[in-house]
Amino acid sequence: MIITKKKDIEKIVEALKGKKTVWLFGCDSCAEQCQTGGRKELEEMSRVLTERGFEVAGSSLPEETCYRQLAMREYRTKEALPKADAVLVLACGAGVRTVADVAEETQPVLPALDSIFLATVERVGRFYEGCSLCGECVLIETGGICPHTECPKGLLNGPCGGVVDGMCEVSPDNECAWVRIYKRLKEQGRLHLMKKITPPKDNSIGVRPRNVLLREAARPIQKKR
Amino acid sequence: MGFKEDLRSGKFVITAEICPPRGTEAAPFIEKARLLKGRISAANVTDNQRAVMRLSSLACSILLMKEGLEPVFQMTCRDRNRLAMQSDLLGAWVLGVRNVLALTGDHVSAGDHREAKAVFDLDSVQLVSMITTLNSGKNMNGVELRGGTDFFIGAVVAPEASPWEPEEIKFEKKVEAGARFFQTQAIFDMDKFKRFFDGAAKTEASILGGILLLKSAKMANYLNANVPGVHVPQGLIDELEGAPDQLEKGIEIASRQVRELKKFCHGAHIMAIGQEESVVRIIEEA
Repeated sequence: MIITKKKDIEKIVEALKGKKTVWLFGCDSCAEQCQTGGRKELEEMSRVLTERGFEVAGSSLPEETCYRQLAMREYRTKEALPKADAVLVLACGAGVRTVADVAEETQPVLPALDSIFLATVERVGRFYEGCSLCGECVLIETGGICPHTECPKGLLNGPCGGVVDGMCEVSPDNECAWVRIYKRLKEQGRLHLMKKITPPKDNSIGVRPRNVLLREAARPIQKKR
Repeated sequence: MGFKEDLRSGKFVITAEICPPRGTEAAPFIEKARLLKGRISAANVTDNQRAVMRLSSLACSILLMKEGLEPVFQMTCRDRNRLAMQSDLLGAWVLGVRNVLALTGDHVSAGDHREAKAVFDLDSVQLVSMITTLNSGKNMNGVELRGGTDFFIGAVVAPEASPWEPEEIKFEKKVEAGARFFQTQAIFDMDKFKRFFDGAAKTEASILGGILLLKSAKMANYLNANVPGVHVPQGLIDELEGAPDQLEKGIEIASRQVRELKKFCHGAHIMAIGQEESVVRIIEEA
């Protein structure tokens, strides 16, 4: 799940300055679970913007706002949406980006949230970062604990000198990722994996922007991709 | 004789750390170099220590050489990617630097530029491997260099790390990658250090035990609370607290530790953090 948090409302109001009508987008998937872009948050944003003198023309809550087709359906079926002076999206950056692509070039599409990380969900409302989408999974050798993500320095060959009683120097409340990797590999009888020198990461595999194209485009895309 | 030859000769070798200034006023730095010249085998120049921005470790290494003091050029993985690191290492070599100490580096969140991007394109093991590759006349991608390097490669180990085994594995990897001398993190538990040394001495690497000058009980408490990887035992803090002159006591403790090391170790690496003048006394009294 993509974790988001709310931007400061003052920043949003500043970005909307000079606009009169605003359309809101939420996302019924990740942002809904993060309590940042579900029905409740759309209503709250609508109320706050109205108080600040904006006219909220309506709102959309697609199942997943990062799906282009779902965003397009909103634009086709909601008459007031293409006419709004601005669109405010309560979803992750991919959601904002998707809506921005569907909108006319003249219509500003703005984020209401900051996108932070890809989470492991411990339980509802408790999210931990466990993967950085780096492009080449090392979990195969690290006992299912990601050193790129869970070590603040992203070290690949063991702990740094800052480990204090097994805890991380950067985030003292967290156990050092490499101490955990060590313990788990030891339990699994695979400590030899930690003893071999891991070469530097090949960053050429992650040159941005990345894409995966399993199919041909259905029809020529007229607007910017 | 240089630092490498000193270690190879089997005599007890002393190095000390000098911290570059936070600006271009290099006179006090040079003053410290003059003070230590002839008394130590080489001086380590820290690389934006504690992630606090200072005059570059390479520039300061050159300043030391001009004063006739052999530098150990410290390089961390925090501030540069692999292109910049290789390039700076070649630069250091042509300028006459012969010793490099490869470190991970403190995280930027510990320093004075917390908004900076922490690079860590390589880690310390990979940095040691990379320098070994430069020494073989190739760059990291195996391309032949027009002139390589022949650095004496050092690394750091924390003999008091807890838990020890992950650190031990990393130490072994550094040796395998080509580290030939180690300057340890500050040691306070001599028995524990001796046990580490007995194992480490079986490798090809020379070990210099890290001695940190405790200037006061207050400093020791500060280190315990704020500096990763350093743990000053309560016994030493009490000893400092009970002394009429705490700095004098600190110098006495450091001398005592160096004396202990002389009995079995290859050398001592003294970290006096701004009190370089005291290093002279630590050495004299040891």
